[in-house]
Amino acid sequence: MVENRPLLNVITHLILIVGVLIVAFPVYIAVIAATHGPLALSSGAMPMLPGGELINNIVSVVTVERRGVAPFWLMTWNSLLMAVIITVGKIAISIISAYAIVYFRFPGRQLVFWLIFITLMLPVEVRIIPTFKVVADLGMLNSYAGLTIPLIASATATFLFRQFFMTVPDELMEAARVDGAGPIKFFRDILLPLSRTNIAALSVILFIYGWIQYLWPMLVTTDPKYYTLMMGVKRMAASNGDGEPQWNLIMAAVVLAMLPPVLIVIFMQRLFVKGLVETEK
Amino acid sequence: MVRLSLAALALALTSSTAFAQTEVTWWHAMGGELGEKLEEIVATYNDSQTEYHVTPVYKGSYTETMTAAIAAFRAGEQPDIVQVFEVGTGTMMAAKGAVYPVYKLMADMGEAFDPSGFLPAVVGYYTDTDGNMLSMPFNSSTPILYYNKDVFAKAGLDPEVAPKTWEELEAFSKKIMETGAAPCGFTSGWISWAQLENFSAWHNLQIGTKENGFGGLDTELTFNGPLQAKHWGNLKTWQDSGLFQYGGPGGGADAPAKFYTQECAIYMNSSASRAGVIQNSADFEVGYGMLPYYEGTEGAPQNSIIGGATLWVLQGHDEAEYKGVADFFTYLSSAEVQADWHQFSGYLPITKAAYELGQSQGYYEANPGSDVAIKQITLNAPTANSKGLRFGNYTQIRDVIDQEFQALLAGDKTAQEALDTVVTRGNEMLREFEATNK
Amino acid sequence: METKRTTFPNSPLPYILVAPQLIITLIFFIWPAGQAVKSSFEREDPFGLSTTFVGLLHYSRLFADPDYLAAIGRTAVFALAVTIISMGLALILAACVNRLIRSGTAYSTMLLWPYAVSPVVAGILWWFIFNSSTGILPYVLSYFGVDWNHQLNGNQAMILIIIAASWKQISYNFLFFLAGLQSVPQSLSEAAAIDSAGPWKRFWTIVFPLLSPTTFFLMIVNLNYTMFDTFGIVDATTAGGPNQATNTLVYKVYSDGYIGLNIGSSSAQSVVLMLFVIGLTIIQFRYVERRVQY
Repeated sequence: MVENRPLLNVITHLILIVGVLIVAFPVYIAVIAATHGPLALSSGAMPMLPGGELINNIVSVVTVERRGVAPFWLMTWNSLLMAVIITVGKIAISIISAYAIVYFRFPGRQLVFWLIFITLMLPVEVRIIPTFKVVADLGMLNSYAGLTIPLIASATATFLFRQFFMTVPDELMEAARVDGAGPIKFFRDILLPLSRTNIAALSVILFIYGWIQYLWPMLVTTDPKYYTLMMGVKRMAASNGDGEPQWNLIMAAVVLAMLPPVLIVIFMQRLFVKGLVETEK
Repeated sequence: MVRLSLAALALALTSSTAFAQTEVTWWHAMGGELGEKLEEIVATYNDSQTEYHVTPVYKGSYTETMTAAIAAFRAGEQPDIVQVFEVGTGTMMAAKGAVYPVYKLMADMGEAFDPSGFLPAVVGYYTDTDGNMLSMPFNSSTPILYYNKDVFAKAGLDPEVAPKTWEELEAFSKKIMETGAAPCGFTSGWISWAQLENFSAWHNLQIGTKENGFGGLDTELTFNGPLQAKHWGNLKTWQDSGLFQYGGPGGGADAPAKFYTQECAIYMNSSASRAGVIQNSADFEVGYGMLPYYEGTEGAPQNSIIGGATLWVLQGHDEAEYKGVADFFTYLSSAEVQADWHQFSGYLPITKAAYELGQSQGYYEANPGSDVAIKQITLNAPTANSKGLRFGNYTQIRDVIDQEFQALLAGDKTAQEALDTVVTRGNEMLREFEATNK
Repeated sequence: METKRTTFPNSPLPYILVAPQLIITLIFFIWPAGQAVKSSFEREDPFGLSTTFVGLLHYSRLFADPDYLAAIGRTAVFALAVTIISMGLALILAACVNRLIRSGTAYSTMLLWPYAVSPVVAGILWWFIFNSSTGILPYVLSYFGVDWNHQLNGNQAMILIIIAASWKQISYNFLFFLAGLQSVPQSLSEAAAIDSAGPWKRFWTIVFPLLSPTTFFLMIVNLNYTMFDTFGIVDATTAGGPNQATNTLVYKVYSDGYIGLNIGSSSAQSVVLMLFVIGLTIIQFRYVERRVQY
């Protein structure tokens, strides 16, 4: 701090507290709603303090089978699997292609670089129908492959590794070559261990990315066996016309669905910040 | 290659779990109590024989079910049977290479099948110009009027008399609100279906040219006449004064709750809402009536038209599965199953035998109001205006109706302007459909 | 494009290494994009049984369609509002945290986590809070004479998705503003303080101009976010209604193509959006290049 101004300090804290409250407000409401019975939430005058139904609601969400969605544990498993496959897949294919681009001078390198770059320009949202068709033609609807592989290509991760490899001293590689190490050995024994922090930071970001996917799983799965949590929660929320939505249960499900990535951000904040800042640079 | 091996794998998996039974999948849109009943009906079928196994899969709303089935068809993963709501009929009929017409299926599979046993008001909707039945009627309904007898009594109205006309309905609603018996007069599910299409048929007004689209693809919408405009204008006025409460687009997701919580005293919705109404009205007594009409309208009340859904069979499966489908359809349309389904759900009995069975069981006398729907659709011999409607792209046109109704309620447009826009935008979609399917 | 001074000798290896990435890109990005361009010139029935070439029909219809033009304007309003609100709030919060030494990290943690909330979940949360019959905010608002019903009132529906989308994006903007602020040399600020410039003036005349690369970068990212990543929010709160008041360009691609089954028109809309993203990416890339040369 440049100088000490007590009034300014008070205002700073005040602004931040208000900011934190605004940011936390919707989730606070969700958590409170998840702790009450259905009757407490039937009008806008909902209680502002937690009730005692949290366990019951969670048990009901987790154990009761609902028409049109998969069991909760299965959807959680699907979300987890999807997030992990996407994370591992993206990192794996990005790191090897970045390695090829940086450490080899092969014909067509420029073209490869641009082809990868193009993926930045085509978010899944703008090519929904034809991508769906491709996945369908390959027989990948309702499969983990269909859920994950089309999302695995990533320009940002490739660029991140490329940037990082450029900062690795050339001497390392020269020394390795003198020792007679081939490209695969160099990659495995030297580059990979050096990239550990980058990989960890990227994993955090990519796991969140995979976990919160919604549109794509919604398109490629028609079999409840492959539904993810995001879809399941949305389907629970869309009441089918008869009776009021069961807000206490929906909110309990919402809280459960957002818990894993939120916890990751909170407990792995340093890696998260590094990952986010570096991928977007 | 990938596809082939996956298909082989899927085949291996299903055949090993089903113990060589032929597997028939049925995608449907029945949630809640109706879905449970449907599964019970299927389970009874599965237990009754060993050759076939029908798997019902709930796919969400009607729109979701239909789009999922079409997407799956494009991907070669379509179910054997899909339940498609009546407004999708135009689209399904035009998709000649995709559907296996029911009359043909039954004939090809050597299954006894008599179309004349079905109620004409129902089957007429689903037959082609040569009189062939293209899909299997399953759940057909028509909008009727439900009212809260307790609130009526509290307001000093005769709880045994339902409003017959819109004038009465308005007067009743005012009285209910003035006496504080309930804060709202009425609400309605399915604005498009109940307050425009059925409204037109009930007043013997044309919905579209070429016999409401039955006569050809070059049809045009015409439901922007003065009486429809007057009615929509009234709904807007009533919404502003709180006499009417809008329940949302499509089926009107908020409408049932408004009636169940006794906020609105009168409620118009599908006769198939009866199961839900009975289950959710433990605190009050429900009365039933026909849809209201405007006094002094020539030809009103005429007859209402059906909604609901039929079962379409999709191409691309092998003969064993189609044999199973045919066998299952025979079971589904048997008098016992139909009467059971109809009496439980409030859907219309689709065969004469099912209706007669209900009569001989004394069901209609024991359950007042359960025959309102049948009486309403058979009130008069259908005219060209009231035998139904058949338009392509009609799911999208339904969306347009909802959008323009919302524009009306928001005060952006007058009733006439809103209806005129529906007709203009709808006709563009009809032309597009005509061009795609000529 | 630069490489290492020394590289490994040529062999098939690099091709093998880039193959997985390339194959996926070709199959799931380039090919479908080409298909989208192709079907935007065709008319196809929903079941995919017949297609006819119709030239530019879908495009000419699109740009003559008042609904589509309205969707463009609506998306612009949405994107600008979310960008301004979420960046503005994030900047204020980042500036505050930057002043603090000890408690800064704690505040950061509490401001960062909404990044991990899925857009569709954010949509459900705000939908619950603003639900016209059971939500808490309409209940509170009714005491101020505001009749909240976003199912009927298009402006309120727009406000709802703007709030939900901005809320979700604050953390991201906050993080980048904070990183930007922390890289501003303290000496500059101190020098200005000696010239007795107040903190407010110092911020606007010295710090904020230095943040302009971050600000520009965030603007592009936020525009991209509101254009594409907000699908889940719209789907869970308003589904584009009422009367299309929140039907953004991306939601329209989905609803016309996947729900409405009008594949030709939906593809044409996809192509328009692709051109837009390509433009945005080129701007971003040129800017990044310039900054690198700096």
